[in-house]
Amino acid sequence: MAYDKFNILTSTAVPLPLENVDTDQIIPARFLKATERKGFGDNLFRDWRYNGDNSPKESFVLNNPIYSGKILVGGKNFGSGSSREHAAWAVYDYGFRCVVSSFFADIFRNNCLNVGVLPVQVSPEFAEQIFEEIYKDPNTEIEVNLSEQTITIKSTGVQESFEINSYKKENMLNGFDDIDYLQNIKGDIETFANGLLM
Amino acid sequence: MSNTLFDKVWDSHVVRKIEGGPDVFFIDRHFIHEVTSPVAFLGLKTRGLKVLYPERTFATADHNTPTINQHLPVEDSLSANQLKALEDNSNEYGISHWGLGHQKNGIVHVVGPENGITFPGATIVCGDSHTSTHGAFGAIAFGIGTSEVEMVLSTQCIMQPKPKKMRININGTLGKAVTPKDVALFIISKLTTSGATGYFVEYAGDVFENMTMEGRMTVCNLSIEMGARGGMIAPDETTFAYLKGKPLSLKGDKWDEAVANWKTLKTDEGATFDKELTFNASDIEPMITYGTNPGMGMGISKHIPNAEAVEGGVATYKKSLEYMGYGENDSMIGKKVDYVFLGSCTNGRIEDFRAFASIIKGKKKADNITAWLVPGSHEVEALIKEEGILDIITEAGFVLRQPGCSACLAMNDDKVPAGKYAVSTSNRNFEGRQGPGSRTLLASPLVAAAAAVTGVVTDPRELL
Ligand code: SF4
Repeated sequence: MAYDKFNILTSTAVPLPLENVDTDQIIPARFLKATERKGFGDNLFRDWRYNGDNSPKESFVLNNPIYSGKILVGGKNFGSGSSREHAAWAVYDYGFRCVVSSFFADIFRNNCLNVGVLPVQVSPEFAEQIFEEIYKDPNTEIEVNLSEQTITIKSTGVQESFEINSYKKENMLNGFDDIDYLQNIKGDIETFANGLLM
Repeated sequence: MSNTLFDKVWDSHVVRKIEGGPDVFFIDRHFIHEVTSPVAFLGLKTRGLKVLYPERTFATADHNTPTINQHLPVEDSLSANQLKALEDNSNEYGISHWGLGHQKNGIVHVVGPENGITFPGATIVCGDSHTSTHGAFGAIAFGIGTSEVEMVLSTQCIMQPKPKKMRININGTLGKAVTPKDVALFIISKLTTSGATGYFVEYAGDVFENMTMEGRMTVCNLSIEMGARGGMIAPDETTFAYLKGKPLSLKGDKWDEAVANWKTLKTDEGATFDKELTFNASDIEPMITYGTNPGMGMGISKHIPNAEAVEGGVATYKKSLEYMGYGENDSMIGKKVDYVFLGSCTNGRIEDFRAFASIIKGKKKADNITAWLVPGSHEVEALIKEEGILDIITEAGFVLRQPGCSACLAMNDDKVPAGKYAVSTSNRNFEGRQGPGSRTLLASPLVAAAAAVTGVVTDPRELL
């Protein structure tokens, strides 16, 4: 599935400073019944966002009009739990292009990279500063620069660099995915497979 | 050079290394199910791609199948659509499909090993994080996302950076009523749910050597709950004996040749790990969780820790206890239970039903308990009948259901109502995992059985 190219993203951000936000909260299992990749954004954080009668829960950050933007800032160990890519789809489909956290669960991070959401891991101190600034002023802008691998809080100018492997970085800058790459080396793969016992 | 078991299996499956990037990693066995595969097939169609090696992929329906009346049409139309899509896609691309009602149908991580699809030294993936189960056979097995399912279908490869290596050693003798599930929950409670993120784990020591394959599968299954990509145990005679003669296992000379090969699959003397941890078997009690992630577990006789005593955010911890309706310092013994779930790819195998039966035998189900006993596969179901366990279950007032994932993720009708407590042998106690508002206590089949007959959280050691 192709996705938008990613280079520099400047946006306000939505704060969600909870730890261990798991994929069952990001997208509860009962919404995994689709056979197409459509409409997952509506059910992002469904049970935190809506009451049983589908009325919005006022206290949840996504229902608070003060906060908006293309960047979601989460607490530590974001995306733990299941391998469901639907969680990353929901994040993308809702309109987020970047998730910032001081620590990501492995599979979720991988899934994000595969669907065009950039996971940016920052130091716990930097994450704290972002939260502080957003709470002080919800219009605080964050700039994420993929080619430079930096993240900056615009109002204070405080910056940190982040890691991403160069292959994934190229992919995101160009909107390519792994399947494009693998298709091109099919010959190698077939030779490898022919040498296997089982 | 000294290598770890993990290195040996990983390195022999790298098709190509990318400078500064992931490895192109070849996959021997691929399992698919109805929930995470439809969009992958849609991707193939959009790009006009074929399935490169259909004989390396195996389809089974399990995640949203009903666990009663499986002979009737599936009522929920969305679930029915997914099941139909799995069947149609499998047929179209020539993939073997064990759908609902098929004699070999069951939970993907139960039927794979049971049929000899899983083997030592293999690389195995599936769009389900508990694929780590297959590591019990000395395979590298882990969960993948739907984009990766599409990659494996079209090229039999995924792109993966090689994880770091961790070894967890446990030696000694396990105490009374301490099962492999308790060993795993104990490790997770020590490491937390992110303690092994970025690592692939090897379990070593006589506790694991002495385990049956069922027990090893339970341990490896839960590796993901401490953040690890997967976990593995070196194959040995127990492994070979389990696999020998399974429907899809190799036969004759080929089998002998393979076994000779598999015997080399162990960590060499002097090989190093990025991290190594050691625990004592005698420190492990029957475990139970009290919070909303699998790391929030403790010995069943202990008290819920104070927020100040736990690492990490106090607010998150308190929110979790509030959701569960528990207080700091509470004892779990005697806490009210409404539901008991025996099943899932963690504890839905024959050994788990034997353990459950050992406690309930001659007793009666408590009146306040709704129990779902769900075998992991039709084969497990058949053994339950053959071994007389069904009689024990029925006499005690329980009903045996049909195979599937069931209340593990509650995608079908097996949902725990809001606010109710379930002692569950499954793997996740996240908020709402077993149904919106449900509260889950993860535990072993013995603890589940003790709750089922007493109606409250009970130390199984008192009933054995
Ligand atoms: S039983 Fe649960 S964890 Fe296992 S495969 Fe099914 S849904 Fe996944």
